[in-house]
Amino acid sequence: MKRLMPSLDAAGAILLAVIWISPLLFAFWAAFHSTSDAVNFNVAAPWTLENFRTAWDGAPWMRYFLNTFLLVTVVLTGQFILTTLAGFAFAQVQFPGKDFVFILVLLQLFILPEVLIVENYAMISRLGLFDTILGIGLPYMASAFGIFLMRQAFKSVPIELHEAARIEGCSWFGILIRVYVPLAKPTYLAYALVSVSTHWNNFLWPLIVTNSPDTRPLTVGLSIFGAPENGVDISVISAATLMSIAPLLIAFLVFQRQFVQAFLRAGIK
Amino acid sequence: MSNPHANLERRRQAIYGWLLLSPAALLLSVFAFYPSLATLWSSTFSRGNRRNPSEYIGLENYADLFADPTFWLVVRNNLFYAGITIPVSIFIALSMALWANSKIPARGFVRTAYFTPTVLPMIAAANLWLFFYTPGLGVLDQIGALFGLPSVNWLGQPETALWAIIIVTIWKEAGFFMIFYLAALQTIPEDLKEAADIEGASRWTYTRRIVLPLLMPTTLFIMVNAMINSVKLIDHLFILTKGGPSDASKLILYYVWEMAFAFFDAPHAAAMTMLVLLVLGIVAAIQFFLIDRRTHYQ
Repeated sequence: MKRLMPSLDAAGAILLAVIWISPLLFAFWAAFHSTSDAVNFNVAAPWTLENFRTAWDGAPWMRYFLNTFLLVTVVLTGQFILTTLAGFAFAQVQFPGKDFVFILVLLQLFILPEVLIVENYAMISRLGLFDTILGIGLPYMASAFGIFLMRQAFKSVPIELHEAARIEGCSWFGILIRVYVPLAKPTYLAYALVSVSTHWNNFLWPLIVTNSPDTRPLTVGLSIFGAPENGVDISVISAATLMSIAPLLIAFLVFQRQFVQAFLRAGIK
Repeated sequence: MSNPHANLERRRQAIYGWLLLSPAALLLSVFAFYPSLATLWSSTFSRGNRRNPSEYIGLENYADLFADPTFWLVVRNNLFYAGITIPVSIFIALSMALWANSKIPARGFVRTAYFTPTVLPMIAAANLWLFFYTPGLGVLDQIGALFGLPSVNWLGQPETALWAIIIVTIWKEAGFFMIFYLAALQTIPEDLKEAADIEGASRWTYTRRIVLPLLMPTTLFIMVNAMINSVKLIDHLFILTKGGPSDASKLILYYVWEMAFAFFDAPHAAAMTMLVLLVLGIVAAIQFFLIDRRTHYQ
């Protein structure tokens, strides 16, 4: 019994892993075969790139990629600036009302932007940002989660470094940029990975505030491309799906350790 | 202490603090706090049109919702969705973590396979699963056919549509939860295992009496996340079922979207949004008062 258990464990673990990865494997199989070969699981069937060609010609993917790329860049830049400033204020500056404001910020962790779609849509339209990349990104920039993360990172910076920089005649802003930001590099990296993968994958809000191929990110483009009304077959949908997840998936496979570390650092506060 | 120099310093800090905070505070107000209040406000007004301008009607929108059988169906669906996805994905995540932490061959592959769905967009996940669920041609039907089972329209019949949605959600989130368990498992000291072995405790006893209690704070943390996900994760509905057939797989947030952006009924959407915020508020309260307190004691 004692010797049997480990091999049973291994079998269970590997079986589950195969089940877990199988949707991706099937999509991979389907994308490289003609539809009839794909659904008949004809193992001897020839491999083809035809589906990728059809998918690529079916929608302005280059534009979608560019939009998604711009979106994650804009969001991340905004988040870095805003959460650095606010995180520093909460970690190292004494001011009246600080605790109360911090609780308000934490509250936002539960007021999900996804839930306030109706009013946020009205707000973005009022600001004249409907159907713009900035309009998709703006509601996410003051991330409560990011502020919290930066506050924790800045709190762990030894106060001696702060004092030393001040004695050297460094200004407040200089201390923030030269002392705190470099020391929080791992937190920035972790936050960047989480933020980029979140916004690369985000769908509902971009669906609502975009209206044209010029601003639509990949997820929205993919959902329109694959809609049943378009009558696209399963091999072409698989090809389009693989295409749109490829950059993030490859990045993940290459930097797997950092990804997992990032999600951990971001999750366990 | 109240010399003029210290006073000046204090005032300077206050100004710096608010200056640093102001950009984030402005955006948070515009996109979180103001919209919450505006939602509350607009949920008490009627839907205006050309002939009848919108007017204050108190709680009538809420009364309409409570009288609407679709609303109750959607609430029931969402409770069922939460009731299945939360415990099942926690259980699978725990099993994954225990396996990924033990000495098994191909451990790297196993960990990657478990975690990969986490980095995919929900829309892509739905597309991948479409290949499983398509009647006749889909992988599930073909496997069924090997055993002589008839073709099933998994997404097209009310009995199975919500289940199909649930499975995709579990597939997507279990690997994410696994890594938190994995991290927690690695903090359990080796000598506990050695002590248990010396005492002759079986592996099951060791897991149940030592590992699971030590993982409790992680489980609570994951549970809060899973609760939030059961409100938030609805993207795959857009691809797989659109809430159908006959609303059998419709979830609350999808219904909010539909009301606001397909039926253009903002007041009722606002009333429903308020109810969702209430639920999230309860989750927040659980987090702050129950979980934070518990983990502080450790």
